[in-house]
Amino acid sequence: MSSSDEHLAAKALSQDMNRVASKATRTMRFMEVCGTHTMAIHSAGLKSLFPENVVMVSGPGCPVCVTEKGFIDQAILTAKRYDACLTTFGDLVRVPGSAGSLATFRAEGGRVRVVYSPLDCIGIAAQEAPRPTVFLGVGFETTIPTVAATLKAALSNGVDNLFVISAFKTIHPPLKILAAKEDLHGFLLPGHVSAILGSDCYQYLARDFHKPGVVAGFEPLDILLALRDLVRLSVSGSAEIVNGYRRVVRSEGNPTARAIIDEVLEPSDASWRGLGVIPGSGLALKGPYRKFDASVHLPVEVPPTKDDPRCQCAAILTGARSPDKCGLFGKECTPEDPVGPCMVSSEGTCAAYYKYGAA
Amino acid sequence: MCLAIPMKLIEITGEGTGKVDAGGIKTDVSLVMVPQAQVGDYLIIHAGFGIEVLDHEEAGIRIELFKELAEATRTLEEL
Amino acid sequence: MTLKPDGRILLGHGGGGKMSGRLIRDVILPRLDRGRLGSLPDSVVLSGIGDRIAYTTDSFTVSPIFFPGGNIGSLAVHGTCNDLACSAARPMFLSLGLILEEGLPMEDLEKILQSMADAANEAGVEIVTGDTKVVPRGSADAIFINTSGIGRVETSTVPSVDRVAQGDQILVSGPVGNHGMAVMLSRAEFSFDFDLKSDSASIWPVVEALMDLGPGLRFLRDPTRGGLSATLNEIAKMSGLGIVIEEAAIPLDPAVAAASEILGIDPLQSANEGKVVAVVGRELGGTALEMLKYCPAARGAAIIGEVTSSNPARVAMVTRVGGTRILAEPSGELLPRIC
Repeated sequence: MSSSDEHLAAKALSQDMNRVASKATRTMRFMEVCGTHTMAIHSAGLKSLFPENVVMVSGPGCPVCVTEKGFIDQAILTAKRYDACLTTFGDLVRVPGSAGSLATFRAEGGRVRVVYSPLDCIGIAAQEAPRPTVFLGVGFETTIPTVAATLKAALSNGVDNLFVISAFKTIHPPLKILAAKEDLHGFLLPGHVSAILGSDCYQYLARDFHKPGVVAGFEPLDILLALRDLVRLSVSGSAEIVNGYRRVVRSEGNPTARAIIDEVLEPSDASWRGLGVIPGSGLALKGPYRKFDASVHLPVEVPPTKDDPRCQCAAILTGARSPDKCGLFGKECTPEDPVGPCMVSSEGTCAAYYKYGAA
Repeated sequence: MCLAIPMKLIEITGEGTGKVDAGGIKTDVSLVMVPQAQVGDYLIIHAGFGIEVLDHEEAGIRIELFKELAEATRTLEEL
Repeated sequence: MTLKPDGRILLGHGGGGKMSGRLIRDVILPRLDRGRLGSLPDSVVLSGIGDRIAYTTDSFTVSPIFFPGGNIGSLAVHGTCNDLACSAARPMFLSLGLILEEGLPMEDLEKILQSMADAANEAGVEIVTGDTKVVPRGSADAIFINTSGIGRVETSTVPSVDRVAQGDQILVSGPVGNHGMAVMLSRAEFSFDFDLKSDSASIWPVVEALMDLGPGLRFLRDPTRGGLSATLNEIAKMSGLGIVIEEAAIPLDPAVAAASEILGIDPLQSANEGKVVAVVGRELGGTALEMLKYCPAARGAAIIGEVTSSNPARVAMVTRVGGTRILAEPSGELLPRIC
C-alpha cells in the first residue's frame, strides 16, 4: 500500500469516526489496555484525527510500569547476596529502585546482562556456572509463555543454576476491576496478548459490564479501524467484543502456548502499582519448576519501599490522571532522570507523552 | 511489551527451531508454540519465539479493505 | 625484539622509549605517513589553508570497535571530516590522538589504522600529527580515538543557523538510521544475521555539490548522536523557528525499518555517520536535489520538510496516516556509545 493510500484510508476512517461520534450524547472514554497501543497511537499522531468527544485513556498494560519498586530492590539484593548475574529485558534497566536502578548497580560492578529472548539465559547460566543466574520475570501473556518454554528447556537440559524472580501479571483480573469503572465506556483490547488468549475470553466485558471491546493490531490503520468500530458500538449502545486483528488473533487464541504456561506456572496473588494486590493476577512457578524459583532458593529480606508521594504513576496507570497533570512530569521526572516507571518504560504512558508531545 | 513483528519463516533448522527473516534481518527462533508453521509462513515473533502464524487470507482481506477506503476517498476528492 | 602481528599492546608501548618508537615506526607510520608525519615534529607547520579556517575536534568511544561498514578508525576520520564539511570547509588535515588499552591485540590496531588510512585517502585528507598513549588494562575499553581537523572554507557565505528563515526547505542526503541500527544489531545481546551496514562516509562531496547554491545554502549539520530528530530539534531551538516534516518523505532503508521494529528503536533517533541535513532557501529544494543527482554520496536524498512560523522552536511531523505529532528531542542514553 502506498503512503498516499495509507493517508487516504486514514482520512476515510477518521471522517467516519467523527461522523458517528457527532451522534453521541456524551464524551466517550475508551481505555487502551496495552502499553504498545499507547505508544503506537502517539507515534502515529492519531489523536489529532480523533473526534473531540473521544478520549483515550491509558491502562495498566505496561508490565514494567505496574511492577512494584521492591522488585528492583529484590533483584539487586539477590545479586549482591548470592553473587548472581541478573538477566533482564532492556526495559527494566533504568527503572528506579529504592537505592538505584539496575543500571547504577551495573556501574558499581554488578553483573547485569540485557537479553532479547529469555532463551539467552540458558547460555548465560552455563557461562556463569556455578554462580546463579537470575532472570527478572516481568510480562503479560505475550511474554509469559516464552519464559515458561525456556524453563521447560532448562528443566530437560538439567540446568540447575538458573532462577526466576516472578513478577508476571495476567490481564483479566485488572481488566475486570477497570470494567466496573463508570467513567470507562469501552476497551481497545491488546493485540499480541490476545494472540495467546484469543478474543472470546473478553466476553465478560460485554456480558457482565455491558461494555464493548475491540481487539486491535498495531499498525496505525488497524488502530483507527478498531477505534472507529468502538465508537460505532458505543454510540449504538451495543456491548460486543469484536476481533479486529483476525490475521493474528484466533477466537480461541493459541492453546499450545497456554498449555506451556499451565505446565510451568499457576495463578498467585500479585501486587500492582496503582491497583494494589489483585488476587490471582500473578503467576508462580509450580511442581518441578519450583526449583527455578529465586524467592524460594535465593531468599532475601526486602525492606519496605516508599514511593515518592508526589509520583502519580498509580493514578496514571488506571486512567484516573493524565501525565501532564503530575507535578513531576517533565521537571523532576524525565526519561533521563525518572522518578516513576511510567516515564522510563518504553511503553510507559508518561514516556509516550514526553517523547511524542501530549496531543 | 507486545512488541512483536511478522517475520517470514525461511528455514526449519531443527526440532522446534527455525530461521526467520524481515527486511533482510534474520534470526533463529523457537517454534514450540507454532508447531503447525511451515516454511513460507509469516510468524509473529516475540522475544525469540514464534507466537502465532499470520493468517494470509485475513491479511489480504484487511489490505483490500484499506485499499477500498483509500479509493473511495480518492474518488470523492476528485469530484 | 620485533613487533609480531599476534602481539598485544603493552604499557611500554606508551612509555616514550624504544617500544613506543617501534610501535610508531613499524605499525603507525607505514600506514598513515604521507610525507609530513614521518619526521615526527613536535608540531607540524601547514600552509595553503587560506584565511578562513574551519577547526573541529571529536573523540570516539564507539562500542563495539568493529561494526558492519566500518570501525572506530574509519569513524574517527569521517566524523571529523564531516564536522568540517558542515561549515562548507574542505577537510584537509587531521591530528590523531590514540589511547590504547594494555592488552589490545596488535592485529586490531593494525586493522583500525589501515581503515583510517583508507578513509583519509578517500576523503582527501592527510593525518599530519599524532600522539599515542597506553593505559593499564581496564582504564579504557580497547581503544579511544581523538581526531581534530582543519578545513579550508570554500564559500563566502558560511552556513549558519541565524541564516535559517521561514519558508526554507529541509533536505536529508539519504536514508537515515543506518549507523545506529548497524551498531545496535552488532551488540552482544543480539544474535541477528543482517546485511545492514553503517553509512560511515565523508559528506564533503555532498556539500561540495551544494556549494553553487551560494547564500541559498543556509545551514548544514550531520545528524550523528540522537539522529535526525536531534538535529532537527537543534535547528528549531537555535533558530527559534518551527519545523514541519513529512514522515512519508523521510528516506528509510527497508532493513532499518525492520530492525527498528524488531529492536523497538526509533530510526529517527538513530545515529548517522555519512549523512547531512541541509537547510536551503525557499523553493531551492528542487534545485538542490538536481545538484545531488549524480553525487553517489547523496543517493536517496530527499526534501523532508520546511521551516515555519508555527510551533516555534519545535519540530512537528505529519505521520504516514496524516496525523500530527511533535518530534521531541531524544532523551539521554537511547543507544550508549554509538559513536
